[in-house]
Amino acid sequence: MGQTISEKIISNHIGKKVFAGELVITPVDGVMATDTTGPLSLKAFDAMGGKKVFNPNKCALIIDHAAPSPNERIANLHKMMRDFARTQDIRLFEIGEGICHQVMVENQYVKPGDIFIGADSHTPTYGALNAFACGVGSTDLAAVMMTGKIWLKVPQTIKINCSGKLQSEVTAKDLILFLVGKITVSGATYQAIEFCGEAFEGLSLSGRMTIANMSSEMGAKTGIVHPAGLQLDYDFNPIVSDADAKYIQSFDFDVSDLEPQVSAPESPDNVHNISKYEGIKIDYAFIGTCCNGRLEDLDIAAKILKNKKIHPEVRMVIAPASQSVLLDGISNGSIATLIKAGASLITSGCGPCVGTHQGVPADGEVVISAANRNFRGRMGNPNSNIYLGAPSTVAASALEGQIVNPKKYLVS
Amino acid sequence: MSAITRIKAKAHVYGDHIDTDRIIPGKYTKTLDLSTLANHVLEDLDPDFHKKIQTGDILVAGTNFGCGSSREQAPLALKQAGVSVVIAQDFARIFFRNAINIGLPVLEIGNHTIQKNAQLEVDLQQGTVTDLSENKSYKATRLPEIMIAILAEGGLVNYLKKHGNYSL
Repeated sequence: MGQTISEKIISNHIGKKVFAGELVITPVDGVMATDTTGPLSLKAFDAMGGKKVFNPNKCALIIDHAAPSPNERIANLHKMMRDFARTQDIRLFEIGEGICHQVMVENQYVKPGDIFIGADSHTPTYGALNAFACGVGSTDLAAVMMTGKIWLKVPQTIKINCSGKLQSEVTAKDLILFLVGKITVSGATYQAIEFCGEAFEGLSLSGRMTIANMSSEMGAKTGIVHPAGLQLDYDFNPIVSDADAKYIQSFDFDVSDLEPQVSAPESPDNVHNISKYEGIKIDYAFIGTCCNGRLEDLDIAAKILKNKKIHPEVRMVIAPASQSVLLDGISNGSIATLIKAGASLITSGCGPCVGTHQGVPADGEVVISAANRNFRGRMGNPNSNIYLGAPSTVAASALEGQIVNPKKYLVS
Repeated sequence: MSAITRIKAKAHVYGDHIDTDRIIPGKYTKTLDLSTLANHVLEDLDPDFHKKIQTGDILVAGTNFGCGSSREQAPLALKQAGVSVVIAQDFARIFFRNAINIGLPVLEIGNHTIQKNAQLEVDLQQGTVTDLSENKSYKATRLPEIMIAILAEGGLVNYLKKHGNYSL
């Protein structure tokens, strides 16, 4: 019987052919925790009798969720992580080095065919690399650091095929928002998703990360983009599904006429064509996060804002996904363009997406954000409203002070 | 099972898709002082929840409970506030694992119609829930064996302290 990508990757790790529904204990190729999940994880590691992590080269800690520390309580949690990293001889990614998922990919902690476990719900991002990656909580992560293994149920898989080429003003973010709207926030719970078809084949690694990232907004255990068209700096063996693999559900969408998409408060699956929301006044525009803080996201925003000023009643925050993205954005001029347009540049990291600091909205304010979540209170204030869109939509909306289709700024 | 297995308590009932930001907002999660979580649990959904909840009470929800972030602070906040068990039509997967791992029992009952303030009797060993107010009984979906074993030890920390590794 044929296998899905997830079934193949798990089978490769445990040395026997397994299928959806089987419970397995599998070795993992890497683990990471952040400053939201890490401290509890380290506490659990000690409590469960952990002495040394299973392999220091496969473990990482990242300070990204509240970086630099906004208060003494969090400063002390960061110190706890630094101390642990030093004692265990594992790498700690310091404040400003970047968002966990971005630095894991940039530093090759995860590669095609790997099983990677992260104590962050957006860990499925690595599905962009044709890897099987799941998010877990702190105690699960501690157990993986100690044993090098995780127990899991081999997931059933939903196949999403998107045919057609995206219009030039339509990005990976618009595509994944559209899909989250169709599949819904619980439509893939416990399941894996495979993304395949022409629309994905043309995407860069960055765009593929945006796609896989929002698998978690459909409840999925993991979301893997088919490797066709994937280009990396190193050689890899792509894992593809068999023609007779068994899927629990299959979807086919022709996305050649897709418009830019917007997700309205207060659930990521409340998605419609941008035309429904055009004209809604905004106070605050944000580009960053593990979903959309990469170079091509900054570049498209810079293209729209070049030699222009954002609307006087709008403030704009930019958080590059990593220091490497920041340096590239400095080199190619995008960062300067955005700052000259009136944007405020903050430390690479999760920034205001997690509602801890660096840009909490005020009561009644409306935010247009390139992030992946718009739950009530997500950015730190339950009395604000968050709309999600592509970086292009965020930039065009910042310019006009209202939600607007970026098409006229991108299609000449 | 080492913990209490029979619970008779009041149900606090909420709706579908209660995400982890509503269970415990991100701004409160960065702490190891877990007692602080209880004051903010569900505050963006029901600001009075922490006053209404009595130790041992039962939280009941609809579908996709605990969607969103991986924060283990979500089940920890509920446990700290005194919630003895969470019943939902179904759960988001990370929340579900986290709850079991920290020893907060969770029961999946797909077709429940439990109403606000119902008196419930829960038998964790049997996975049964009786709605005493409606005189109706439910059977929860059976957990995988490994989860039963983890819950029996009161959570994953104790499980691994005892066994040193996983076994199926």
